[in-house]
Amino acid sequence: MAELKYLFFLGCVIPYRISSYEISARKVLEKLDVELVEMPEFNCCGLPLDPVSHDMMLALAARNLCLAEQQGLDIMALCPGCSGTLRKVNKTLQEEKELKEKVNEYLKEIGMEFKGTIKVRHLVQVLTEEVGFEKIKETIVKPLSQLRVTEHNGCHVLRPTKYIGFDDPENPVMLKNLIELTGAKCLDYMDETECCGAPIIGVNDRIPLQLSREKLNHIKEAGAQALITVCPFCHMMFDINQPRIERTFNETFGIPVLHYPQLLGLAMGFSPEDLALEKLRVDASKILVSV
Amino acid sequence: MANAEKKAETGASDTKIVKSSEIDPRFKYKISEIPGGEKIMLCFQCGTCTADCPIARFSDYYRPRRLMRMTQLGLKDRILSSDVIWLCAACFTCVDHCPQDVEIAGVLRALRNLAVEEGLMPRVHRELAANILKMGYAYRIPEMRLKRREEEELPPLPKADLESMAKLFKATGFSKTLEKQRE
Repeated sequence: MAELKYLFFLGCVIPYRISSYEISARKVLEKLDVELVEMPEFNCCGLPLDPVSHDMMLALAARNLCLAEQQGLDIMALCPGCSGTLRKVNKTLQEEKELKEKVNEYLKEIGMEFKGTIKVRHLVQVLTEEVGFEKIKETIVKPLSQLRVTEHNGCHVLRPTKYIGFDDPENPVMLKNLIELTGAKCLDYMDETECCGAPIIGVNDRIPLQLSREKLNHIKEAGAQALITVCPFCHMMFDINQPRIERTFNETFGIPVLHYPQLLGLAMGFSPEDLALEKLRVDASKILVSV
Repeated sequence: MANAEKKAETGASDTKIVKSSEIDPRFKYKISEIPGGEKIMLCFQCGTCTADCPIARFSDYYRPRRLMRMTQLGLKDRILSSDVIWLCAACFTCVDHCPQDVEIAGVLRALRNLAVEEGLMPRVHRELAANILKMGYAYRIPEMRLKRREEEELPPLPKADLESMAKLFKATGFSKTLEKQRE
């Protein structure tokens, strides 16, 4: 019987392009006795429409929160864009009566009402605060002590502090600590809390490619064998776009980018196939010899 | 894209001379009534936002400090017609660091929302909106990928309630906003 139970919010990017994150997360969470309840139905968290209509974002986010309220379960999301948005809207509507009334007017059209009875968490927060390091340690059967990696949290796991605020955005430690639990060494590098630039792809591609190239350079200089992420959007930027960055700037990186659950899963003794490592764009097989 | 940025720059921020006839003195009050824009009047131009902005490091044109000042001045048309406002990546570094507690990324979002009201929604956002209305999701996920979930032993992706999507688009007035977008 699982002690921890969450409504699993998948979002759009993961089923669209990043199934390796979902596959590996489900494997490790099951091992940690975390029960995931599937959402019978959901919609986009709302974040992509915030730039064009704040009200539409609020309505989409609030609808998802209402679906969770109906189930009486807290939400856990793998995508920081989703967890950040749902968390922010949940908090704002709980605190601001007038805004809540306005959003509830929209929701009335679909027979729903926001009450503010549930909580929203990201995977990193669930693993750190609710599963706990002790429980994770018990599942490590194959410590990755030969591996040196770096982390990239992704902005919406950290900021804005006013709405997210479970880790220190200036010196985030949660993901680092989670990485070190696997036995791998997590190296520091320059500007590690900086944005990958992915949100403006489509409006402007040059700047995100330059930003990610700079980060990949810092990661390479730090001597890391892999980069560990917890955001599907950042992952697309560093993994799927890595060959494009290499071509654009005539540089070679070849840095595998693993979702944190893939790293944890390897230390738990899962096979690379179980964790969908072959789905990564940048070949990760070279780090497996260190595993 | 560099050209578009340059064009936006000459249209929006590079013209040094400001004519009083361009100024809408009520603009800052309008922004301050939009969630996220409340504290726009408190910006004292310290430049922390621009100094800490990762986008500004790689753009010759995107300067959040300048956009805050232009907003306070009321250079409404220059700002709203500029491509530069669409360069904020919403990393929220400026929001965390602002000594005056101005939610700079929130002001940028308010400016974008107003630009959209004027029919200036970028194509990428029009596509995202169309996808959400048609599928409930921000991306059009191909049938093949939905089928592949079975092979991957993943539960099926539920079909979103499209009737609710249409109703929310209408209730928020966003359907009307979409209709007035220029090509």
